Amino acid sequence: MPADMPTPADLLLDVQDLCVSFRSERGTIRILENISFTVGQREILSIVGESGSGKSMTSLAVMRLITDPNAIITGRIIYKGRDLLQLDARAMRDLRGREIAMIFQDPMTAMTPVYTIGWQIEEQLRAHQKLSRRAARARAVELLGEMGIPAPAKAATRYPHQLSGGMRQRAMIAMALSCNPSLLIADEPTTALDVTVQAQILELIQRLRQDFGSSVILITHDMGVVATVSDRVMVMYSGIIAERGPKPLVLAQPSHPYTLGLLNSIPPMHGARPRRLPSIPGSPPSPTGRPAGCPFQPRCDFRFEPCGTRPPLFANGEQEASCYLAEKGLPDWPHERAIRAEGRQREGAAA
Amino acid sequence: MLLPTLRRLAEMIFVMLGISIVVFLIFFATPGSDPAARIAGRNATPETLAQVRHSFGLDQPLPIQYIKVMEKLFISRDLTSFVNRGQKVIPAVIEATPVTLSLVLGAAVIWVIFGIWVGVTAAATRGTVIDRGLMLLGLVGVSMPVFWVGSVANLITQSRFHDTWLFHWVPGLGYTPITQNPWLWFKSLIIPWMTLAILYIGLYGRVLRANLVEAYQEDFIRTARAKGLSETRIMFRHALRTSLITFVSMFGLDFGALVGGGALLTEVVFDLPGVGRLTYQALQNLDLPFIMATVMYSSFFVVVANALVDIAYAWLDPRVRDAR
Repeated sequence: MPADMPTPADLLLDVQDLCVSFRSERGTIRILENISFTVGQREILSIVGESGSGKSMTSLAVMRLITDPNAIITGRIIYKGRDLLQLDARAMRDLRGREIAMIFQDPMTAMTPVYTIGWQIEEQLRAHQKLSRRAARARAVELLGEMGIPAPAKAATRYPHQLSGGMRQRAMIAMALSCNPSLLIADEPTTALDVTVQAQILELIQRLRQDFGSSVILITHDMGVVATVSDRVMVMYSGIIAERGPKPLVLAQPSHPYTLGLLNSIPPMHGARPRRLPSIPGSPPSPTGRPAGCPFQPRCDFRFEPCGTRPPLFANGEQEASCYLAEKGLPDWPHERAIRAEGRQREGAAA
Repeated sequence: MLLPTLRRLAEMIFVMLGISIVVFLIFFATPGSDPAARIAGRNATPETLAQVRHSFGLDQPLPIQYIKVMEKLFISRDLTSFVNRGQKVIPAVIEATPVTLSLVLGAAVIWVIFGIWVGVTAAATRGTVIDRGLMLLGLVGVSMPVFWVGSVANLITQSRFHDTWLFHWVPGLGYTPITQNPWLWFKSLIIPWMTLAILYIGLYGRVLRANLVEAYQEDFIRTARAKGLSETRIMFRHALRTSLITFVSMFGLDFGALVGGGALLTEVVFDLPGVGRLTYQALQNLDLPFIMATVMYSSFFVVVANALVDIAYAWLDPRVRDAR
C-alpha cells in the first residue's frame, strides 16, 4: 500500500453500501445502488458523472438533506466514527454547517435573495458559535477577504444579486468555511461560472486544505476539473460506481469504457486537432428504465456476453471498475479512433 | 431609497388627478343626461335646478366645471346634498372615516396574525391532517358571505345568547368613538372585526401556504438546511420572509379597497356609521354629490394603498430596490 493512501485512522468519511430509493406509484425506484467510498483527511475526492448519475444525490445523502418522505436511505455513512444515518435530527443539524459544509452550483439561487452576504455568513456563524453580532460580522468580513473578495467590508453589505457570479461563489465558499468544517462538499461549484473565474475558484478550493485543513468532495461533470484538483476520482454512472481510484492512475489508464468515453471527450491539448470531438452515443437511462446487467451496456462499444449480468467492482491495484473488461487486469484499449470507426461500422451493419 | 419613494408618491398624485378627471367626466359629461337633474335628486323644483346649474357652472365649458367641482370637493368643501337638504358632503365623509378605519385596522390586525399563523402552520405540516383541516377551514371562511356571517353573529350575540355568560358583555349595535370610551369602542368592534377578518384569514392563509410550499422548493432553503439552521429559523427567516412579498401586495390592495368603502356590508350589518354605510345610503337615495365624493375617496385610498405596497416592496426585496 503506497504511503499516500489513507489508512483507516486517517479516514474522515467512510460511506458503505449507500442505497437511496424512492417509493412511487410504480413501485420503488432505485436511485443509488451500493455506493461505497472514503474520504481521507485533507483529501480531495472528485465524483464525476453525467446529470442523473446520482452524484448530487450522493452528496445530499451524506448531508442528510434528502427531505422527501418517500426516500428510503440504507447503508452506513461513518463520519469521524459516527454513523450519520443513525444520528437524530438535532445532532445532524449541529453537524451540518459546522463539521460538514456544502456549496452549490448556482450561488444566485442558493443564497437567500433578501439578505446581505454578510448577514448570511453571520447567521451561520451564530448558529454554531457563541458570538456577538459585531464579532460575527468581523469574522465574516475576514473570511470574505481570505476568499479574495476585494473590499470585503463593503461586499458584506451587498445583496447576492449585486455581486458577480465569481464573487457570489466566493461568498458562498466563505459562508461554507465560516465554521472551519472538516469536510466541504462542493456540488458543481464552477459550472455556472465562466472559464477564468472557474480556474480561480478551483485554485481556492485546492488551497483550502492548506489554509483550513479541510477535505473536499468535489462533484463535477467536467473531467478537466477533475484533472486539475483531485487526489482521487470516483466515476458514477446511473446510480452505480463505474470506476474509482487515484486520479493519476484513472486518468492515465481508465479501466471502464465510460471513463474512457469521458476522457476522450476532452479536446486534446497537443497534437493534431480532431475533426470532430468524440462523444458517448445515447443518453443515460432513467432510473426506472435501467437495463438489466451493466447499466452502461446499451451505450458501450465493448459490450460482450457477460454484460447481461451486473458486474461487481473488479480491483486492479488501487483502481477498481465495475466492468468485466477489468476482471483480468487493466484493459488495453485500442486506439480511440479505431474504436469509433469500429462503432460506426457496427451501427452501419445493424442498420 | 428616498428618491424612488418620492418618485412613487409623485406618480400617485398624477394617478389621483387622472381618477378625479374620469370620475368628473362620468358624472358631468355622460351624453344624454342632465347632470343638474341628477345632482338635484328626484322631484326637484325648477328653482333648485337653476341653483344647481349656477353653483356648478353647468352653463360653462367642461374644464371650468371640473375646476368648480374640485374646488367644492377639496378647497371650499361645501358640496351639499340635495336629498338630505343642507347636509354637507365632505364633513360627513370625514366624520365617517375614523369609523371605517377603526373597523378595517382592527380586522387587518386579526387577519394578518391569523392568516400568517394558518399559512405557516399548514406549510410546516404540509400533507398532514392539520394542513388539510386548516385549508378546508380556510375554504369555508372564503366561501361564507360577510353579510351572512355578520347577521348570524348578531343573531347569536345580540339576541339568542346575549343573556348567557358568554355574550352578555356585547354592547348593542353601533359605534362609540375611541376618544370617548376606548373599552366600549373595543367591545363594540370586536365582533365586526372578526366577521370581516374571517374571509381574509381564509384567503391569506391559503395563498401564504401556497407561497411557502413554493419557497421550500428553492435552492436557498437547501442552503439554509446545509448551514445547520433550525427548521423554525428556516421557516421564519428564509421561507416566510421571501413569501411575504405576495402577502404584502395583497394586503395593500385589500386594505385600500376596504377603507375606501369595501367594508360596506359589514358596516351596514353592524350599523357602523362608516364610509361604506354612507355610500350605501347615498346609493339608496341616488344622492349624487355623496356618491361622487365617496367614489373619489375610495379610489384615492386604493391608489394610496398601491403606492404604499410599492414602497414596501422595495423595502422587502432588495432586487426591486435596485431595479428602479
